Amino acid sequence: MASIAIENLAHSYIENPVRDADYALKSINYEWTDGGAYALLGPSGCGKTTLLNVISGLLTPSQGTIQFNNRNVTSLPPEERNIAQVFQFPVIYDTMTVAENLAFPLANRGLDKTEITTRVSQMLETLDLSTKAGKRANKLTADEKQKISLGRGLVRHDVNAILFDEPLTVIDPLMKWELRTQLKEIHQQLRHTMIYVTHDQTEALTFAEKVVVMHEGSVVQVGTPEELFNEPEHTFVGYFIGSPGMNILPVTVDGSHATIDGFPVSINGFYTPSKDARTELGIRPEHISIKATNGTRSPDYNELPVRVKRVSDIGRQIVIAVTLGNHTINLIVPEGTSVPEKHAFITFDTERISIFANDRRLSVASSS
Amino acid sequence: MLELKLVNKVVRRDSHISNVSLLLERSSLNVLLGPTLSGKTTLMRLMAGLDKPTSGDILINGKSVLDVPVRKRNVAMVYQQFINYPGLTVYENIASPMRLAGNTKSDIDRRVREAASLLRLEPYLDRTPLNLSGGQQQRTAIARALVKDAELVLLDEPLANLDYKLREELRLELPKIFAESGAVFVYATTEPQEALLLGGNTATLSEGRVTQFNSTIEIYNKPADLVTARTFADPPLNTMNVIKRGRELQIKSNGRIKSVSLNDRASELPDDKYILAVRAHHVLLSPDNQSKLSFNAIVSGSEITGSETFIHVQSGEHRWVVLAPGVCRVANGDNIDLFIDPDRLYLFDKQQKLAHEPAKIAAGA
Amino acid sequence: MIAKTVNQRAWFLVLPVLLIVAMNAVIPLMTVVNYSVQDTFSPGVFFYEGTKWYKEVLTSPRFHGALGRQLTFTAIILAIEIPLGVMIALAMPRSGPWVSVCLVLMAIPLLIPWNVVGAMWNIFALPDIGLLGFGLNYIGFDYNYTQQPLAAWFTVVLMDVWHWTSLVVLLAYAGLSSIPDAYYQAARIDGANRWAVFRHIQLPKMKHVLIIALLLRFMDSFMIYTEPFVLTGGGPGSTTTFLSIDLVKAAIGEFNLGLAAAMSILYFLMTLLICWVFYTVMMREEET
Repeated sequence: MASIAIENLAHSYIENPVRDADYALKSINYEWTDGGAYALLGPSGCGKTTLLNVISGLLTPSQGTIQFNNRNVTSLPPEERNIAQVFQFPVIYDTMTVAENLAFPLANRGLDKTEITTRVSQMLETLDLSTKAGKRANKLTADEKQKISLGRGLVRHDVNAILFDEPLTVIDPLMKWELRTQLKEIHQQLRHTMIYVTHDQTEALTFAEKVVVMHEGSVVQVGTPEELFNEPEHTFVGYFIGSPGMNILPVTVDGSHATIDGFPVSINGFYTPSKDARTELGIRPEHISIKATNGTRSPDYNELPVRVKRVSDIGRQIVIAVTLGNHTINLIVPEGTSVPEKHAFITFDTERISIFANDRRLSVASSS
Repeated sequence: MLELKLVNKVVRRDSHISNVSLLLERSSLNVLLGPTLSGKTTLMRLMAGLDKPTSGDILINGKSVLDVPVRKRNVAMVYQQFINYPGLTVYENIASPMRLAGNTKSDIDRRVREAASLLRLEPYLDRTPLNLSGGQQQRTAIARALVKDAELVLLDEPLANLDYKLREELRLELPKIFAESGAVFVYATTEPQEALLLGGNTATLSEGRVTQFNSTIEIYNKPADLVTARTFADPPLNTMNVIKRGRELQIKSNGRIKSVSLNDRASELPDDKYILAVRAHHVLLSPDNQSKLSFNAIVSGSEITGSETFIHVQSGEHRWVVLAPGVCRVANGDNIDLFIDPDRLYLFDKQQKLAHEPAKIAAGA
Repeated sequence: MIAKTVNQRAWFLVLPVLLIVAMNAVIPLMTVVNYSVQDTFSPGVFFYEGTKWYKEVLTSPRFHGALGRQLTFTAIILAIEIPLGVMIALAMPRSGPWVSVCLVLMAIPLLIPWNVVGAMWNIFALPDIGLLGFGLNYIGFDYNYTQQPLAAWFTVVLMDVWHWTSLVVLLAYAGLSSIPDAYYQAARIDGANRWAVFRHIQLPKMKHVLIIALLLRFMDSFMIYTEPFVLTGGGPGSTTTFLSIDLVKAAIGEFNLGLAAAMSILYFLMTLLICWVFYTVMMREEET
């Protein structure tokens, strides 16, 4: 087990990169502490898989260093880094049984027979696969195959870290719950450093203690799920976390007054963005309340007059899209809430409003 | 209108589809919901005419189409993999089915541009699919299916290979696009959440059978049996064995009998053993004023998403998932009390058929 | 239940294929069967002989000799071509501009007609003017394929390997290309050495194409005729007289039609039987 530190790391798939856009990874610094559960979250093409391959050693970065426990491993091949990796599609050796699959990495390293047998049977226990030990691995279901992929990493006691590359892609929703819970239990039991790459926020947020959000080759925020949800540092994080994501609306801000298309919105605190900055207001769909109106009453202070555009009853919640001028705003209300048909007033929870200048979150009473 | 009458498909003595009967209306969106290998793709292949049923009949607008080859049926299909003509531009890709049908040039141009604007593909019309993102490629495939003016459009997990956020956007856009077309839409997915967002009707599949077919939200609220309820739950449905005696519902927790009084409607059920089922967000961590069914559980894990917390608990032999709003910190091994509102629970009888469902939460309540 | 209407017209569409198969395979085969149980001295004069020819063939040392040579030859070339083909496929680049160069180079021998291959090697291996023959003698080997049985075998085997290993290479390469990268990455992480990667990833994934390669090469080499005929004419003596050469000698050289027909039938049944055994054994392994 190990801590992993990357310093000034950048990578380009082009031989002589010139422009910023030529880089798949743009100068990243970060340290993963020993025994933590981390997620790398971002859309496809954000560089998360590139970063994962740099960590596992399948790719040598164009610049920068990577250290395991303060030892420089930048130029070491994967087999010398003692890491384990679980891929998007289960990789199993189909001619071997489940037990032989688990024994494979140990046999390759020349451990003696009795040691291998004890470790394999322990691992079968941990993975809940004891009853299937003698079965040919290619006869198993997708989730069991993924467990074997994981097990092949875990049987080695010397693994520095376990890397996951979207491991739940081919797993059915109900099995995802089981596999994820088992993964967490195994993490708590063995405390390996785990890094989990995904584009799926639910997986990232539920798995990780800390989530690294990536966008266009850069890290935009590192934080706990709560921090990412409540205090996104960047409009991209606001949009990417949450389902639907944060509503980002152009706004003019002056001190504690904000206006959207001429409608005043009360905000908490005092913001002084610079004059030429592009300012936006961020509010999560969960933090907006809606009230019916017959369309004749004029809105009170802090109420925004909207038209209801679309209502989706998704069981435990209702997702409503409304329009304010030419902006669309999503909001979520709990099941059983009565939804106005046409005209409505919405109110933002003042405490939960974020203000962004040029996509960066503004802290209260600061200038950008 | 597409009708399936007692369709069976047997492959080498293995029954893949058994006794499926469905009636799908024009302009309707029909979701096939079920786990992998539940028969979704097989059913779609039968609908498209790529396979023939072992027995039963398939009718389009009242006429049997069993002997009509696929080429002559007016069917469009979108797959999980992004399938486009790699050598053609997006424009030509979308236009291809109309060119084959011999439409006039102006007609083709008009319809291609309509479909492109509907799926927001206008900026990419001159590019080839390989220069597009996955979402754009799949939108091209969908646009091609739409312009074909097919009577039947089949979509087999079309969003499964897309990024989460793209999926979210397309799920919201697709129902509107479907509603504007006159075709019968069939959409296969493994995810209950996707079925709910798409709305329309849903047929839940399990081991080759349609367990229920109705409007999507209706099935969610009133699943006919336990299998359907489980298929339609994400997080998984929580269940336990209970005994109903008169107005009381009894459970065993830590060797003690706990009970709660039922509402009038549930009290009318015959006294017997039942399976209690409750959705994750209806399991509460604190009793409010009403009388609740309470029992003890041990925390085995928790996941905080920022806006919600999933708490995994173990109570006796039952593993449950509790969805608590906001951030809720509990440690593994903690002993916690859980509460269930008797008005929010489902009861299934010994045959696993629905015996009692909660009343729909009244609007404004 | 709804009665299925069976469309009988479909049979008319199959008719041309049935006719072609009948003309091509069934009728000639039946003619051969017909010949194999009769004797003839002049056109139109036949005597029924029953199983006489079969008995003669099965007890003839000449047939045993040809069969023995045939099996040895097939075993040798399979033992060389399959591993060699796999090795070359493994050594070929996975991506980049060299892929197409390699594939074209590999395909060249396959494009050359059998008799040309025979003629080419006939000249190439001549001890006085052929590059190979002259070269071998020059560096001190006493090599003359028209005189020495061993040299003749060496040349025939070498020629077949040169001609057909490419087929195995192409099939094996296709099998290798279908293995996703993740398998190689996982194996590196699992610390697998080159041999383990081959044994547990590449070989299992190539299995199906290798079965096809094996069957094709078996059938083809079992029926080899043109190349040894052009090269050595079955000699020196009868040392490279394989089954088909022997068959042609019997049928055309000696005009012994009944004997040749019985040989053909036995020959055909053997090929069929061995292929069937190969296939079922390989496929049964797959099931378990």
